[in-house]
Amino acid sequence: MAVMTMREAINQAIREEMQRQPELVLLGQDIGAYGGTFGVYRGLFEEFGPERVRDGPLCESATVGFGLGLAISGMRAVVELEFMDFVTLAMDQIVNQAAKMHYFLGGQVTVPLVIRTPIVSRMGMGPQHSQSLEAWFMHVPGLKIAIPSNAFDAKGLMKTALREQNPVLFIENVKLYGTKTEVPEEEYFIPFGQARILRPGKDVTLVAISGTVPEALAAAEQLERDGISVEVIDPRSLSPFDTAMLVGSLQRTGRMVITHDAYRTCGVAAEISQRMMEEAFDYLNAPITRVTGLDVPIPSGHLHVTVVPDQNRIASAIRGLMS
Amino acid sequence: MIAATQENIGMLLALYNRMVMIRAFEESAIELFAKGLITGSTHPCIGQEAIPVGACSALEPDDLVLATYRGHGAAIAKGADPRYLMAELLTRTTGCCKGRGGSMHLCDKEKGFLGTNAIVAAHIPIAGGVALSCKLRKTRQVVLCFFGDGASCEGEFFETLNMSALWKVPLVFICENNGYAISVPTSASQATPDIADRARGFGIPAVSIDGNDVLEVRARTSAAVAHARQGYGPFMIECKTVRWERHSAFSAGRYENPEEAQRWKKVDPIPRFAQRLLEMGATVEQLNTEEVVARAAIQQAVEFAMDSPLPEPESVYEGIFAKPGT
Repeated sequence: MAVMTMREAINQAIREEMQRQPELVLLGQDIGAYGGTFGVYRGLFEEFGPERVRDGPLCESATVGFGLGLAISGMRAVVELEFMDFVTLAMDQIVNQAAKMHYFLGGQVTVPLVIRTPIVSRMGMGPQHSQSLEAWFMHVPGLKIAIPSNAFDAKGLMKTALREQNPVLFIENVKLYGTKTEVPEEEYFIPFGQARILRPGKDVTLVAISGTVPEALAAAEQLERDGISVEVIDPRSLSPFDTAMLVGSLQRTGRMVITHDAYRTCGVAAEISQRMMEEAFDYLNAPITRVTGLDVPIPSGHLHVTVVPDQNRIASAIRGLMS
Repeated sequence: MIAATQENIGMLLALYNRMVMIRAFEESAIELFAKGLITGSTHPCIGQEAIPVGACSALEPDDLVLATYRGHGAAIAKGADPRYLMAELLTRTTGCCKGRGGSMHLCDKEKGFLGTNAIVAAHIPIAGGVALSCKLRKTRQVVLCFFGDGASCEGEFFETLNMSALWKVPLVFICENNGYAISVPTSASQATPDIADRARGFGIPAVSIDGNDVLEVRARTSAAVAHARQGYGPFMIECKTVRWERHSAFSAGRYENPEEAQRWKKVDPIPRFAQRLLEMGATVEQLNTEEVVARAAIQQAVEFAMDSPLPEPESVYEGIFAKPGT
């Protein structure tokens, strides 16, 4: 069992599949010798060369479009968008084209396309480089969405993404790239639609997504000292979504808090909360609570820490729920 | 230019057949829409038949084509069966896209027709990616991408000009400059009269031609396809034509200048080509036969579509995702 960072785990998954699938091509900007904006592709350009690790011009829309064209004609593509905020520049290709093409062409094409993009929510990079926009894509039928929070999950989910015949949005988090976990030496795959209990507990279910996972685990630690037992669950993928595991947990705990860096209004927490209302209402001992990013443009610099949830905000919400 | 041998006359009559078939298909589509049998919308290419027929006739069977929502003609020209196309317009289960796509989403992968698209210009970078795939897999296939004057104002068009020239992919841009983007004439949307100039700005060779002359379109496309197949990268052909009908059968009013439409009807590509064929040695009987055969095929397509079932409501969830192993 090797210990590695999430950055290295994603890199390893892609390297293994590049070795296995000669038709797999990487597209993006700064992905050549530079190694990707945040270094995820380090060494791939040297190993696979410029034909398959294709640095290209700054045009997110056509880059995704080219990736889609490759995908429907016998190749497989991974497109890196440098910051999640930049999905706005490629929305049509993702939402109107990749997500729907298999359906509207009556199944005549498949779309083995992965779009990788990092959330940079916790670095103070300002309103155009800090957003968590995953809810937009959970809203759209036809996309699969992986959003891992650690190296083990990231590798297994990326391996799955790279064997998919459907478009996958693979959302990473820059703050987590350097965090380490054990990663098995042997090949493994984590299916989409399976959440993971990161920490078992009995008093409250805490659902945490992407950058909030370390904060959620720290809050659970903190609350344990107060005698509150928190079950932390990472959904790991948003489409498909593991509603059943959350319902099962809620049936045991009777309480749920959902936390994410994304804006509060119409965030993923709202959808999860409604699903619990529909499927586990009778088990609720308290209203479901959200601890989310604030509904403000995310300011640059120091003030951003006010916007994203930290362990104290999460812990305080849970204490409020328990009292 | 093509010599008038008997062998060529046969091939040229086949082009004539396809042009008439497209005309009849579009006339039927308008009629079916008026009767409420086509829901949504439909975008006829009447008056523009010479472009898809001329361009696709310059391709090998395994070459690939992507087109726009005004792409019924391109689908027929690439060899798609009009029965399955018409069934798709009527969103029947027998349609080429199982009744999911409708008039604006036609596809026949077996024939190398990789689909029409309802978002203006969005298929242009996709066509670029397909061309890159052909290049990387060394298949020697060429990709034709049809688009209109409206699309030539979209950012993705320029992005693809840059990327396709940079990577020298085997892509031939076929601009169907029909003078209008819905209601906006090119005089109010284009900074320069020739869209071909934009390609030249990226180092892509380009020509502006009479898009109502099927043999001119065919000859120019043949040269462009040879250029792309030999590895010299993309090429653009701007075909000047005119849209006779409204933007779509759904559109509220007529926007075209009626005088201009009358002027262009005088250069209707079908009688114009018929005249040319007669000069080259074809007989009136031969032309009549082609016309009858083509129109009969479309009549059969309409009957096939009308006799086909509509999809069951519960099937609406089918086919959102490809299953593993497909």
